[in-house]
Amino acid sequence: MSKNPPKYLSTTNACKLCSPLGASLVFKGVAGAVPFLHGSQGCATYMRRYIISHFNEPIDIASSALGEKNAVFGGGPNLKLGLTNVIKKYHPEVIGIATTCLTETIGDDVERFLNEYTREVNDPNLLPTLVRVSTPSYSGTHMDGFHAAVTSILDTLAESGPANDTVTLLPGLVSPADLRLLKEIMAEFSLPPVILPDYSDTLDGPAMSRYEKIPAGGTTTTDIAKTGSGRAVIEFGRTLTQYHGGGELLMKRFGILRHVLGLPIGIRETDAFLEVLAGLSGGRAMPASLAAERGRLIDSLVDGHKYLFGKRAVIYGEEDLVVGLAAFLAEIGVKPVLCASGGKSGQLANAVEEVCRGMMDEMPIVHDGTDFFEIGEQAESLKPDLIIGNSKGYPLARKLDIPLVRLGFPIHDRMGGQRILHLGYRGAQRLFDEIVNTIIDRKQSKSPVGYSYM
Amino acid sequence: MQAAILDERKEQIYRTGDSPCEIACDRDSLAGAVSQRACVFCGSRVVLYPIADALHLVHGPIGCAVYTWDIRGALSSGPDLHRESFSTDLQELDVIFGGEKKLYAALIELIERHQPKAAFVYSTCIVGIIGDDMDAVCRRVEEETGIPVIPVQSEGFKGNKRAGYQAACKAMFRLVGTGETESISPYSINILGDFNLAGEIWLVRDYFNRMGIEVVANITGDGRVDDIRRCHGAALNVVQCSGSTMDLAKMMEDEYGIPSLRVSYFGIEDMADSLYRVAEFFKDSEMMERTREVVRLEIEAIMPELKRYKQALTGKKAAIYVGGAFKAFSLVKAFRMLGMTVAMVGSQTGTKEDYQELADICDPGTIIVDDTNPLELTSFLEEKSVDIFVGGVKERPIAYKLGVGFCDHNHERKECLAGFFGMLNFAREVYSSVMSPVWRFAPRLETSANSQESES
Repeated sequence: MSKNPPKYLSTTNACKLCSPLGASLVFKGVAGAVPFLHGSQGCATYMRRYIISHFNEPIDIASSALGEKNAVFGGGPNLKLGLTNVIKKYHPEVIGIATTCLTETIGDDVERFLNEYTREVNDPNLLPTLVRVSTPSYSGTHMDGFHAAVTSILDTLAESGPANDTVTLLPGLVSPADLRLLKEIMAEFSLPPVILPDYSDTLDGPAMSRYEKIPAGGTTTTDIAKTGSGRAVIEFGRTLTQYHGGGELLMKRFGILRHVLGLPIGIRETDAFLEVLAGLSGGRAMPASLAAERGRLIDSLVDGHKYLFGKRAVIYGEEDLVVGLAAFLAEIGVKPVLCASGGKSGQLANAVEEVCRGMMDEMPIVHDGTDFFEIGEQAESLKPDLIIGNSKGYPLARKLDIPLVRLGFPIHDRMGGQRILHLGYRGAQRLFDEIVNTIIDRKQSKSPVGYSYM
Repeated sequence: MQAAILDERKEQIYRTGDSPCEIACDRDSLAGAVSQRACVFCGSRVVLYPIADALHLVHGPIGCAVYTWDIRGALSSGPDLHRESFSTDLQELDVIFGGEKKLYAALIELIERHQPKAAFVYSTCIVGIIGDDMDAVCRRVEEETGIPVIPVQSEGFKGNKRAGYQAACKAMFRLVGTGETESISPYSINILGDFNLAGEIWLVRDYFNRMGIEVVANITGDGRVDDIRRCHGAALNVVQCSGSTMDLAKMMEDEYGIPSLRVSYFGIEDMADSLYRVAEFFKDSEMMERTREVVRLEIEAIMPELKRYKQALTGKKAAIYVGGAFKAFSLVKAFRMLGMTVAMVGSQTGTKEDYQELADICDPGTIIVDDTNPLELTSFLEEKSVDIFVGGVKERPIAYKLGVGFCDHNHERKECLAGFFGMLNFAREVYSSVMSPVWRFAPRLETSANSQESES
């Protein structure tokens, strides 16, 4: 239950995005896949623009471009025409079809249309794998669409078979840099991962010698199939229990061992993740390089602890990100006085408390289902030293003259959003350096002396 | 890369040469084509949002409002209400039981909080389908609050972006004629179709003021509700951007007999031409003298630096893909002034007349395209091997991946590209991108002439 339900009826400056966008991001993490939105083309175009401002990569999201007639007679013909055109132009291996508020409201039976389409084409060689997911934008946030798409992909593609070594990792909405780090960590433990989604190449590609219709990279359908006979599935997200999601599907349908952990941000949550990996790799000790990173991280936290103790932060973003940040801030002596999200899992307050208990006297104020107008009202009275979250907090930070530490999604007023590292000891190190230096910078700038040594 | 073009799209692509321009346009986008266009709502908000002292409320689920929150560079000299993003954030229960109650409550809540001069309420895709009577709610709130509360029929799927422009013009027209016009000079205009990106309308107003002309209303850059109420007191409507506000100009001509002139503020030629034609309209020789003086001074100020850029850029090639065709037209001329040729030009919403004009001023062999998409663009850019591409956010990463420079000419730009000073900025931006050392490492991708790969 929400401890602090929204005060206002209208939404001003939303702290969330809509469901189909989450699904689109997931499909970009599948090899050879084109995301396809069934609805008005405005949705696809606006989401493309939005995602481009963060990743600075071309993003093609197709649309069935419904018009007025279709709203009356149904969107089936447009959907099929759209699929045909996407196949002709992109030759995809997978098309991920997500609905929009329009097609959900007019009650389009996408499953039936896809079955008809498959029969009409009547040639499996001509058809890519079609994955469909229901993502009405009047329900939930982009994270609902994200998790629903992951589940749909597993539902469609995971297969049973002879047991394999695969460890499936469902990390949620993390950056390409985070994904690369996760792969590194898995490799340190000699665990072959299947990460879903993996957009670390498709949404963060190099300068190339030839334009690719569908950027190379992403998790292959072959690997996704293996998840049904792998060793385990690890899901990140303390608020995931509301979803009957991907991990649960693998567990129930294929008997895969399931671990649900918090996003590994900070020492404790990363320790917990590595412990699970150690268990899966036969009780192996923490790899030396990771132990060294952890040691250096803790050393740096000690070096900087006096700058940070007692400092107060307002944090916002997706619920699981907020929980992870709260966990980390608690470890470095920064009090997350307000934890805010546009999400409404109902789990946020409990999850924040779980990671903060024993680390501070007063528990943070938690606002879910909130928007930036309410966050602003709260922030004005709480007078924090820091605001931490995506670029959408800038107007507030500027108004209150409080420094903004940027992370998460979207970052559209700085370069490098896709390169921000949040996870693991390395991510915590980066976050720590930025947070402590922001505080130091502030102190130095505001001081009339102009100290060179802080 | 001929395979990049679907059969249904062929009529919307034309190459200048011997045959007349028979390009098809003003169609709905093709399903699956990945058009760069947005929707009707996009068309409406682009026109109306810069009215800075009005409340702009999106009635629908959250996406439409949140993806458009403060994405525009439209500046205001005063209130900034248009930079907030207001939505009724419809939830599942609202879809089932209707959103009227919520709309009413949201309007009252926000009007009380912000005290706007008017409110525009935008309908989104599902509003009509769930049966919300937005008109009724708006009327009720208008009665209770005493400010105009104007519904905008902007459901995303009800046509293309031009339908959005029409809906916006209809909405604005409800304000026109409701204000006092006594003190307005006979030498007066309204500026239509400029959205004050990076302060461009301020630049243009300054020119008009120096000519001796009073600007009654900005429609809509740095716009104010009260100005629009009295804009029927102006003698002339000066209309930039053929598509978005021409409907309003026509309505004002029909209702109030106010004539209109179509202009463009991009490029030296078109900027000067626009000022001269406005001066000609007022048939005042002193004004014409002042106009000549303005043009002379402005051009003198920028010419030396412009010449330097021209020297460096002469012979280079450009591609253009913009929203409205008028801009493409001006850009072709602006590039010509820099000694550059345009190898490909297109727009999201051009009309037959627009494309004919374009064809007339382009060199033979130029590709002209309507409502294009990423794969077509990449095939054109590869074929023509251009040095710079002019477009918006969705075009930029395509250009960069192909090793082509870029000029941000979209509505998010923070650089002033209009007027005489804007032409200098434009040249600077083109120069800075084309001449950057990074292209040594991110080379132009091979043209299809050089490429040995065959299309799979």
